[in-house]
Amino acid sequence: MIHFENVTKRYPGGYEGLSNANFHITPGEMVFLTGHSGAGKSTLLRLIGLLERCTRGQVRVGGRNLAKIKRSQIPYHRREVGMIFQDHRLLHDRTVFDNVAMPLVVAGLRHQEIGRRVRASLDKVGLLNKERAYPITLSGGEQQRVGIARAVVSKPPVVLADEPTGNLDPALSQEIMDLFSQFNQVGVTLLIATHDLDLISNMGRRILTLSHGRLKRDIAGST
Amino acid sequence: MSLSKPRLHLDTWVLRHLQVALASLGRLCRTPLATLMTTAVIGIALALPTGMHIALSNIQQLAGGWDGAATLSLFLKQDVSEEQIIKLTNRLSKHPQLAEVQLINPDLALDEFQRLSGFKGALKALDRNPLPTVLIIEPLQEYSTPEAAEQLMKAFNQLAEVDFTQLDLQWVRRFHAITEIAQRGVMVIGLLLGLAVLLIVGNTIRLEIQNRKSEIEITKLIGGTDAFIRRPFLYNGLWYGLSGGILAWLLVTLSLWMLNGPVERLAGLYRSEFDLSAIDFQTLGVLLLGSTLLGLFGSWIAVGRHLSDIEPS
Repeated sequence: MIHFENVTKRYPGGYEGLSNANFHITPGEMVFLTGHSGAGKSTLLRLIGLLERCTRGQVRVGGRNLAKIKRSQIPYHRREVGMIFQDHRLLHDRTVFDNVAMPLVVAGLRHQEIGRRVRASLDKVGLLNKERAYPITLSGGEQQRVGIARAVVSKPPVVLADEPTGNLDPALSQEIMDLFSQFNQVGVTLLIATHDLDLISNMGRRILTLSHGRLKRDIAGST
Repeated sequence: MSLSKPRLHLDTWVLRHLQVALASLGRLCRTPLATLMTTAVIGIALALPTGMHIALSNIQQLAGGWDGAATLSLFLKQDVSEEQIIKLTNRLSKHPQLAEVQLINPDLALDEFQRLSGFKGALKALDRNPLPTVLIIEPLQEYSTPEAAEQLMKAFNQLAEVDFTQLDLQWVRRFHAITEIAQRGVMVIGLLLGLAVLLIVGNTIRLEIQNRKSEIEITKLIGGTDAFIRRPFLYNGLWYGLSGGILAWLLVTLSLWMLNGPVERLAGLYRSEFDLSAIDFQTLGVLLLGSTLLGLFGSWIAVGRHLSDIEPS
């Protein structure tokens, strides 16, 4: 599903965010990406979401070579890749429902279909009773779940998460991870960047470890 | 997975445009003061050339009445006999291009001149009436244009009885020249103020784009196309333009209404039937369509320049 072949990302000034990365994530896998701050986790995710383009090498997602995707096609690529952020990136002047509905509105779905799918997605993250609320009135964990509902509402085959539990206490973090596991069970490919090794060590999933832009370890999962 | 653009149903597309248009209108209504100020600037900028255009067309309409009254004065030679004068008058009355022929007898003319000029004493000192017989000739409407009247004048100058012919069209020509300059001036002012409207809308939309930066970023992150992101801003520009145009129309109508009384009194003093005409449908159509397009185009420029600068980080 996600192929990295000799991928290097060099920023202006010569700093290498990612150096010669090689790995392959198969469809339906749930993979964790760890490493210290600045190890290149975010850079790697940004390359997959086409927020940036690699300097060398080849990134392929769902069989598509991302280098071949023109600027005007990027929106259609991003509809296939759900993204979750540490800071949630919600719109605070819109209700939870409207936030989650955004990817569907953007994709031009019919009104009834949008309502149906948004409620299904909110139900999955356990926030169906909060659809009329504004994000600012929710707790950090709830806001993150709204972000997750938004990322999965259009049923993308790939979901990326950048430090999704960064601001949450262990119990809430565990809840979020359980949620990801549930999505993985229905076939979604997940790549989750986190530095919370305690949280992921006993989940038995594959773990990619980055250090200074290089892939140091690739520990296969036990499940 | 292919990255082709998904097909939208037409009704979904129309519905979406309608939603965006109404949402954009609603957003403008939620900040009434800011919206009103922008609208007022656009309205005043557009009211100026529109008002001048209306004033000019009123003046031209007024002058149109004078154009039709182009008259020729035929001054006859002193030695032409009474009989010849009557013959000539009859002949001219049957002329196919003339509407009216009026004979002014030298004795009558002298009387009137004495009465009105105040030279009574001086004129009495003359041993004979120095005034010639004059025929005032009014051509038919279609021969009243400066060119046709001039042709007539040349023809009458050839007549044996005629000393000379006078056609006072000079002032009509000058007037036409002046209104032409005024028309050009209105056009130039209209173009400059149209440009100003473009800049006003462009700048307003630019600020709005900056205010909604995070929304644009997030929309790009979840796969919003440039067209999707552009759309609400374009509708904003459209609404600004249209409301500015409507305001300009109201301003001009109000000004005309305020001017109407004094103009009517002035026209009355000249015993004229002149009536100040309001904005006609054609001008109104051009005003509203033009202002809407200006708004749309202004926001198009701003969106094109600033939207691509915002990329999610």
